[in-house]
Order: sequence, then structure tokens, then C-alpha cells
Amino acid sequence: MFFGELLASSLRMAVPILLTALGAVFTERAGVVNIGLEGMMIVGSFWGALGAYYYGPYFGLLLAMAAGMFMALIHAINTVTFRVDQVVSGVAINILAYGSTRFLSLAIFNMATTSPHVSGLPKINIPVLSGIEFLKPLVTDVSPVIILALVLVPISSFVINRTVFGLRLRSVGENPLAADTLGINVFKMKYAGVLLSGILSGLSGAYLALEHTGMYVEGMTQGEGFIALAAMIFGNWEPKGALWASLLFGFSEALSFRVVEGGVVPYQFIKMIPYVLTLLVLTGVVKKSTGPAASGVPYERGLK
Amino acid sequence: MDKAVVLRGITKRFPGIVANDRIDLEVEKGEIHAIVGENGAGKSTLMKILAGIYQPDEGEIYIFGKKEKITSPGRAIELKIGMVHQHFMLVDRFTVLENIILGAEKRLGIALDEKKCRKAVEELLSLYNFSLNLDARVEEISVGQAQRVEILKVLYRGADILVLDEPTAVLAPQEVKELFNNLRRLKGEGKTIIFISHKLDEVLEIADRITVLRRGRVEGTVLPSRVTKEDLARMMVGKPVMMKLDKEPVNAGDVLLSIEDLVVKESSGKPIVNGVSLKIRGGEIYGIAGIEGNGQKELAEAIIGLREASSGRITACGRDITGLSIKEIRDLGVAFIPEDRHRQGLVLPMKVWENMMLGYHTKKEFLKGKSLNLKAIRRFTKNKVEEYGVRLSSIEQPIEGLSGGNQQKVILGRELSREPKVIVASQPTRGLDVGAAEFVHRELLKMRKKGRAILLISADLEEVLSIADRVGVMYNGKITAEFRPEEVTPEDIGVYMLGGDVKAGEGK
Repeated sequence: MFFGELLASSLRMAVPILLTALGAVFTERAGVVNIGLEGMMIVGSFWGALGAYYYGPYFGLLLAMAAGMFMALIHAINTVTFRVDQVVSGVAINILAYGSTRFLSLAIFNMATTSPHVSGLPKINIPVLSGIEFLKPLVTDVSPVIILALVLVPISSFVINRTVFGLRLRSVGENPLAADTLGINVFKMKYAGVLLSGILSGLSGAYLALEHTGMYVEGMTQGEGFIALAAMIFGNWEPKGALWASLLFGFSEALSFRVVEGGVVPYQFIKMIPYVLTLLVLTGVVKKSTGPAASGVPYERGLK
Repeated sequence: MDKAVVLRGITKRFPGIVANDRIDLEVEKGEIHAIVGENGAGKSTLMKILAGIYQPDEGEIYIFGKKEKITSPGRAIELKIGMVHQHFMLVDRFTVLENIILGAEKRLGIALDEKKCRKAVEELLSLYNFSLNLDARVEEISVGQAQRVEILKVLYRGADILVLDEPTAVLAPQEVKELFNNLRRLKGEGKTIIFISHKLDEVLEIADRITVLRRGRVEGTVLPSRVTKEDLARMMVGKPVMMKLDKEPVNAGDVLLSIEDLVVKESSGKPIVNGVSLKIRGGEIYGIAGIEGNGQKELAEAIIGLREASSGRITACGRDITGLSIKEIRDLGVAFIPEDRHRQGLVLPMKVWENMMLGYHTKKEFLKGKSLNLKAIRRFTKNKVEEYGVRLSSIEQPIEGLSGGNQQKVILGRELSREPKVIVASQPTRGLDVGAAEFVHRELLKMRKKGRAILLISADLEEVLSIADRVGVMYNGKITAEFRPEEVTPEDIGVYMLGGDVKAGEGK
């Protein structure tokens, strides 16, 4: 029972990281580094709660995705059209997200840091499986967003690796000049990648507010947008890799809560595991990973 | 019959220069039409206009008799114009098949119909008798094969007019032969080919007609049967060109650079220089020929200290320099002319005088106390600019505003002014026009006469054979053969460039 609960809790922790990491895969494969994912999650959590408060959870989710996409649009205009440094733009997005949500929260809810309680989507019990005692925590009272996130993994993988859109998206992230000379609209593909990352991050933020906590709380994203970036790298820029990485991060987070109760190892050490792993991956110790060749480089026509 | 391409009065201006000045050109259907000219003559600009990358400021373009505006690369493809770029436009991490179909994929709903794509490409392969492994990643295949991928890319898009920009620049002689066979086959199938080059022998061999550009203008269109190489060279340069350099015999001195069993590894751990040994005496030019990417660049960088040697020994001027810092190596009298002057030799946005003294900023004569002695530096720069005939408006201008030849002169002035004993010159004439290349060759020969040891790395076989005293061929990180230039033909060397007899027939 303990183990089943631990797994269920890992999954719940992993989902926001996973959704954002999937978004990160899309934007990075198109060659745009997006460290504004954290900010897009923040607006997602706020607008999700706002939408849900007034019009119910479905509207909340939609509004969150729209808000994430809007922030992504700013990032795309900055980095793709005006070729602003992608990291600088990402930082600006994060600051804008933080400031705007605090301001709007005060203006709308009269509270700077939280929203009133909101209800999420109706929970699902998965038939047949919920009969098995061991799996019970994992398959009862499941948020539909969790299922959606899991379904999005093979879908993203298919889109990126097996569709025309995916091939073009990847070509733009690897060698935009080559893509351009073949008549591929580099700017359109880059916009598509960035906007997708905004939509998924917005959804991820909404999950935190609506499904996980039941309200918007300032700072509730806790840097998960950045962890998602690490998960994407850890997962070697592939959706399936991002899934395993997110689960690992979710697991260590879930474990750290339980270890607090046990008290043998300080829980901070458990919490460190994913970050240490990420650092090791980045330095190439655990395994070799290589990102898209032109990631982070603004594309300009007519340059050699 | 309508002509394939007709250009009328095409003019393209860039800030400061007129790259194409009222160009008129007619290309018949089904011919191989060569366009020759020095670097900067406007060949590439003209082709980029045809490919839809640049828009002309004035003039008209007719494709198969119809007036057209080529507004984008996509439009060029629609007009059946296919561009084979000098620098390959390939996605290294994609497979050959993916590269060929990219942008013109066959679909099954939103998904890629890989089977159908593969079938279409295989049909092309058999029609033109090309050999390629469609599932190999581009990063794994040879340069000659990559070029075939480029050609297939445009054929797959149904191109009837193929524009090849300096296609032989990166190929070994055998690969050039194969390319020419392929081009003749394409011509046989009714394709029109525009072939841009500055290699006159090749142009005379393959072209049906030749148009010569000089300083952005058409100098004339000639038949290869009616002209000699010297005629073409004169049209290109505007004055008679000496095709031979006089190389006086020089008595070789002591060994100044000696490399023993040098191994340099890539970050992945794969050896990229794999056991190179050589000795160069004073007064000797040792040329390294080979297709790029066989470890030449890494060898040069290891000597100058930019790369770590994982084993082996490098001795310069009698001292073991393995593991010394770049500054120590330079101070010992090793000069470096890097192959990519934009990335390694110069700091482009900085002024000419700043570039001229890079690396010397700690030398006493350029310092006044702790700060730079600007007066001395400017005097030094002005002297060098005069000595090397650098054309510029002011030594205060950013060096990026200078032409390639003049930039290279600044590097030569800087590197050779310290009276180095060992000179490592990596692709020193890359991208330079005939005049500037000749200047570089003369400078290197001057250094040879002064008793310096020179390592010349070049992808230009003709260059290596004309000025080196000994030539080593580098393949796969090793020097696989060594010759005296008078003993060999380019074809002999080509065999070794491709990895020996075994692989020379690769790809038929």
C-alpha cells in the first residue's frame, strides 16, 4: 500500500514537469531555447484558477492554455522575429509572469498571493484496474489531466518523429538555412514550436492550480519550469525520454515528503537527487546527450 | 526553342559595392553552361538571385521563355530551378533520405509516407545511376556523397535547371571525375546545368559554353574549344596572369619542427589525428593534402597549442612544446595562419590596428607603463599595411570592412613580422582571389628562402603541388603517403586522399 501510494504521488508530482517538458521538446527541436517556461506555467496557474473560479474547470484549462500561448507569442516575437537573445527574453517572460499575476491577483481577488478555492475536473476511477488492491492509489480518483499528459507522450513522439510537420520542425532546429533553401517557412515552424510550448506549459500550470492544489498560490510552480527543461535534456530531447525523466524527478520529490516522516536521511538530500543527476547528465557523465544543432541561435536570412 | 534561362540587365547593389552590374546571360536548354570569375566577381550573387535568395535591384529574368520574378527559394523550386550550394545545405543529423525529401515530403494524412518517399528516391537513383545509402546519416558520409545528396535533393523536386556553385572545391580528383560523369548523364536526360567555378581546367573539360564575369560584369561568353586556359585567366583577371611561380632551390637547414607519433582525440574520445610523424627543416615547405575533415585542422591546432595532444611529442626549434601554452609556443617562434580567419585569426568588429597587434599586447615596444603605446602600435600597423599592400580607407576602420584578401594580408603581416621560425599555414588562400592567393604564395616562398620551416595545409591540391617541397597526404588522421611534388600527378594523390586504392572506386 505504501509503495502504491508512493507511485501515485510520484505520478502526480511528475505530471506538471512532464507537460512542460513536452513543451520544451517542441520549442527546442525548433531551435528556440525557452527558459520562460516557468513564467508560462505561472500564468497558466493563475489564469487557470481565474477561469475555473468564474466559469468552471474546463474553461479554466482553456484560459490557462491561452495565457501560456500568449506569453509564448511574446517570446516568439522577441526571439524569432526580432532575434533578441533567447535567454534574455526568457528571463523577461518569467519576470513579466510573476509581476502580472501578482498585480491581477490583487486587482481581481483582492489577495496578492492566493485565489479563492476552485474545483478541478471530476476525478476518474479507472475500471477493472481499480479492483486490484495494490494499484488502487494509482487508478482511483485520477485527474483526467494526468491521463491526458500520458497520452500526449506517444502523440508528441509521433508528431515529432513521424509527421511532415515534425520533420520540418526538427530541420529548422538543426539547420535553418538548409530548411529555408528548401522552401520551408523557418519562422512559421519556430513560432509553432514556441507556441506549443506555451500551450503545454499553461496547461501544466492549470494542473497545479486546479487539480493538485485546488487554488492558485503565488510561487506554486516552485521552479518546475526549470526542472522541466532539465527533464527534457535528461530525456535527450525526446518525448519518451522526457516522460522517464519527469517520473524520476516526480519520484524523488514524492520520496522526499515521505522521508521527512521517517527522518533517517535528511530529506534535502533526497530532493537533491534529480538536480545532481541533471548536472551529471549535462556534464556528460551519466550519458551523452546532444541537443539540436542550431538551438539557441537566432536565424537571420542572408547571413553566411 | 525557348532558352532555359535568360537574364537581362541584372543589377544587384550592396552597401559600397555593385555585386552584379547589368548582367546579360543566356543559357540554352540542355547545355552545361559554366560561369567563371574570381572571388568577388559576382558569381555567387548572381546564383543567389536565380535561387531566390536575393532580389535583383534591376533587370529581368526569363525562365523557359517566360518572364518571372524569383521571390523566394520556394518560388525557384516551383520554376524548376535547383541550387546545389557550395557549402552543403544539409541537416547533418538527418538521414540521406530525410534530407532529400525535406520540404517536399509525400504524405499520408499528416504523417510522412516514408515508403512512397523511399520509392521515389530509389527510382531517381537508378535513373541517374547514383549510388547512395539512403539510411546513412549525413554526418557519416563522404563529401562526394554529400554532394550527390544535394544534387538528388533538387532532382527530387523536379528541377530542370541545376545550378552548381563551386561543386569541385571540396572534392578529390576522382570524385570530380565521378561528378562530371553524373553531370553528363543529367545533361543526357535533358537537364540544363549552370556550373560555377574558378578552376579553369575543369570548366574547359565539362562546359559547352563559358561565361566570364569580372568585377560584377560579363566579360564575354566563349566556347571552350576556342579558348585556352590563359585566355580565360586573362579575361577573369583583366591582365595576363603568371600561372607558374618561380621556386628557387633552397638548401634545407636544421629540423625546426618535428612531430612524433602525435595523437589528438575528439571530445568523444575518437582519435582524429592518429599517429602523425613528420619533420620539417628550415627552408622547407611541407604540404599536407587531403580532403577536409581528415585531421588536418586538428593537427595544426595541436601544434599551436589550441588542442591537447593525447600522446606523442611536438618539438619546435629544438624544444619540446607539447603541453605548453599558446603564448609560450608563439613566443618560441611558431606562427599560425588559421584556416578560418573570421573565427580564429581576427576579431571582426575590432579596428585594423587592434587586430594587427593581437597577441603582441604584452610586448614591451607596444607598452607605455601598464597601458598600450598607441603611437607605437599605429606606427607599426601603418608600416605593415604599406609593406603588405593592404587596401583600406583607414587603420581605424573595423577589419570586417576589408576584403578577404586584405584581411589575410593583415594576418600575414602580424604573424610573419615577428620573424617566426616555424609557420603553420592552414588553408591560407581559402576564399582569396587569384591575385591575393599569388601574394600569399610569394610570401610563403619568401619565408622559405629565409630558412623558415613551413607546414602548409591545403585542400587545394594544385596549391600544395606548386609550392611545397614535400607533400604528405592525410587520410583518417594519418599521413598515408608522402611524395615530392615533381614525382606525382594530382590523380596519384587523389587515390590516397580517398583512402588508397581500395576505396578509390567507391560509389562507382
